[in-house]
Amino acid sequence: MQQFDTIIIGAGHNGLVCATYLARAGQKVLVLEAGDVPGGLASTREFHPGFRVSVAHTLNHFSPKINAELELARHGFDNVGAPLPTIGLGANGNHVQVEADSITGVSDKDAVKYRDYIARMQRFARALEPSWMKTMPRVGNNSLRELLTFAQVGLKLRLLGKRDMREFLRIAALPARDLMDENFDSELLKSTLAWDGLIGSRQAPRSPNNTVLTMLYRMTGEHGGAHSLPAGGIETLVNALVSAASAAGAELRLNSSVSKLLVYGDENGLQVTGVALADGSEIAAERVVSATDPRRTFLQLLGVEHLEIEFSNRINRLRCEGFVAKLHLALSGVPEFTGLARPDGRIIIAPDMDTIEFAYDDAKHGRLPDRPVMEVVVPSLTDPSLAPEGQHVLSAHAMYIPHKLADGWNDDARNELQERLIDTLCHYAPTLRQQIQHRQLLTPADLELDWRVSGGHWHHTELAMDQMLMMRPTYEAAQYSTPVPGLYLCSAGCHPGGGIMGGAGHNAAREILT
Amino acid sequence: MKPETDSQHDHFAGERLKLSHFHPRQADLNLRDAWSSWNGTKFADYYYDAEYEYFCIRNACGTYDICPMQKYFAEGPHAQAMLNRMVTRNIANMRDNRVTYVCWCTDEGRIIDDGTIFKLGPEKFMLTCGSPSLAWLKKASFGFNELTIVDMSDDIAALSLQGPTSCAVLKAMGLSGIENLKPFQITHYPFAGGELMVSRTGFTGDLGYELWISPDLALAMWDALYEAGEHYGIQPYGEAATNMARLEAGFIMPDMEFNEALKTVHFRHDQTPFELNLGWLVDFKKPHFNGRRALLEEKRRGPTYTLTRLDIEGNKVAEGACIYGNRKCTREIGYVTSAMWSPAVKANIALAMIKTEHLSGDLWAEIYYEKELRQYHKVARCTICDKPFWAPERARATPPADF
Repeated sequence: MQQFDTIIIGAGHNGLVCATYLARAGQKVLVLEAGDVPGGLASTREFHPGFRVSVAHTLNHFSPKINAELELARHGFDNVGAPLPTIGLGANGNHVQVEADSITGVSDKDAVKYRDYIARMQRFARALEPSWMKTMPRVGNNSLRELLTFAQVGLKLRLLGKRDMREFLRIAALPARDLMDENFDSELLKSTLAWDGLIGSRQAPRSPNNTVLTMLYRMTGEHGGAHSLPAGGIETLVNALVSAASAAGAELRLNSSVSKLLVYGDENGLQVTGVALADGSEIAAERVVSATDPRRTFLQLLGVEHLEIEFSNRINRLRCEGFVAKLHLALSGVPEFTGLARPDGRIIIAPDMDTIEFAYDDAKHGRLPDRPVMEVVVPSLTDPSLAPEGQHVLSAHAMYIPHKLADGWNDDARNELQERLIDTLCHYAPTLRQQIQHRQLLTPADLELDWRVSGGHWHHTELAMDQMLMMRPTYEAAQYSTPVPGLYLCSAGCHPGGGIMGGAGHNAAREILT
Repeated sequence: MKPETDSQHDHFAGERLKLSHFHPRQADLNLRDAWSSWNGTKFADYYYDAEYEYFCIRNACGTYDICPMQKYFAEGPHAQAMLNRMVTRNIANMRDNRVTYVCWCTDEGRIIDDGTIFKLGPEKFMLTCGSPSLAWLKKASFGFNELTIVDMSDDIAALSLQGPTSCAVLKAMGLSGIENLKPFQITHYPFAGGELMVSRTGFTGDLGYELWISPDLALAMWDALYEAGEHYGIQPYGEAATNMARLEAGFIMPDMEFNEALKTVHFRHDQTPFELNLGWLVDFKKPHFNGRRALLEEKRRGPTYTLTRLDIEGNKVAEGACIYGNRKCTREIGYVTSAMWSPAVKANIALAMIKTEHLSGDLWAEIYYEKELRQYHKVARCTICDKPFWAPERARATPPADF
């Protein structure tokens, strides 16, 4: 058997970030990727001859710290790209356009309110920022380092001042609906701004929980929450991460699916000693770091017989059901949205808060939403390499699409959903249907199967208050180490969570190295 | 086991106690109507007189109804792996038709319950314990797919037969060769067209057996047993006599020595096996079991309290007494969990939880007692007993002495 210091399971961005940090510290690192391309949900794949796209279609909070430390610029990743405006499409051809410091398409009153609102939210986002790139303290463990982490976040919040701190505590768990209603009049503005608190989660506008925290989490990037696309697309980032990992000495093997963790047990207890691959071969390592989701890691790769009873039941109870589907369209030309000169922003199709709420109501009962809501990007406008010349790719996240459909996923259900999504798009871009050359629908069930993510969940496990911070994915595994020596986690299922940020990979590497 | 009344007009039907499979016979013999309950089943505190029943156990034999005890079958290719992950002892090398005493803990190493595992076949186990444990067993089975857990508590009639003449009674009943059954072994006999399972187990520290049979044969078995036992002093005994016998044997009792972890509200008011002197049940040679990490840490650190056998001067029973490190009773270091005047040992004995660090110093019990309604208290010196209070040779002798 070959011997490595560290094997990383999964070449998603977190796995690659972790691998690079470890390799740069002198470790012999092997990254095993089950698929034929690296990048996980950010990988760019061809879905129709000449047309390529990635499931994650924008960047919004990739860590500038990681960018700088791993010198990604030297590996071809210059910058995250210019901020894209967020455009909320109204049902009657009107729209609101939100950018970092400007807003159009709303009343003067809403515009003034928006400036206050966004400034306040940005202050809160900055106060929380120290939390994301740090290992969360263990509950009940009062070591100095962990107390300092608490203190640092507490201090940042306290430094907000009495007024802001009280306001932060008041809104922290507020439903998006209440937050928007108390700030704005325009329904379209409300649903557009609430979007980043809801997407990717099992959260509706009226759900109290982590909507606000999710928004603040997503506002930590260099554009303060605005999404962007690098000139060469998301691929640029993935390629740079692969290049940085390999330059640091890490080895990447594609088409290498891990089927089991190797566990050795004697009177000293258990120890993870490597992995067994689907082809039956085994690779030994001092430690294994899993960038695949916690549920899959513990229940399928490790096995409950090596875990404790309450712990394994907590892993089993993790809420991992994705609620977002992906629609990819190969188009013969630039889609024409009524009232928009050019669809070069991030387009939100959710005309009011109730449409979002009702879409959720359908999905929570296992039904397809009557009126789905969507986030649409035409990434080929920024990265022309994604489609043949003059042609384009439309990439849409659709909510809320249940991972488990009440009657099960079948061809009828898939066709029905595609039609509903395209009908919805056509309401805003009437000529779209004639431009479609090919369509690809990825339900959460497809994402689970093809991208090997439990539940097809973006964040591997719901990013909700009970599964955040020192509870993510659950206590006893929230500091990247696990109850079994030799096994670590570094995936979106760990603190700080999903999205293309790299925090989990960065934090896990630091835990391993210190 | 049916409730006492099941009339649809009885508004309290669901509250009424279930009746044991042996109830018709036990009710006849319960001269004092001294009933309480165990797991929702009508259960005798004593039948005639607790001390009399205790002396039957020690000098003749007695029967104790263990129908209310919880019994679970774990069956299937994963049954052994599941149980072995759950309990602290290693059961991987257990042979068929053997019984072993086990305890199981939370992830934090706090005792949930103790009980016995019967290995009935290569993939078939019976777990017995004092309190309903199905929820925990289901949790513990998560991820072990080739396994069924069935609650057999109401579907097996079980009776404990304990005391020096117990073997002779079984022989007289026709169970030939029973004298060759060793402690913790299981054997089977045909009985009235069915099967009678006999294990050499018990909760009295004495020679004794437990009889397991299908409920429809329960009364026939009782009658055969009592007919055979007529000249061997057979007598039913209740909770009170059991409690005396088990304390002499040094066995722990839930709600006395330990608080089941899943029912404990206050932080660390439950116990670890080390605190209960059950370290011998914790097998660290086994690479993994529930609570292992926490227990390893506990072993390294040493338990805060240690369950200790005390011989207390005088004859005043130290029930509920606090234990002090000095005669003036200013330094409190523990408390008594169970206490009695032991007729077998002729000593004033007790089990006490004492802070481990104080075990080597003086131990004093402050005992409150009553004499004809007048309250008194005294401070009595305690001596630690290193050996069990009562462990007669006959409990292990195979074959046991004949009568």
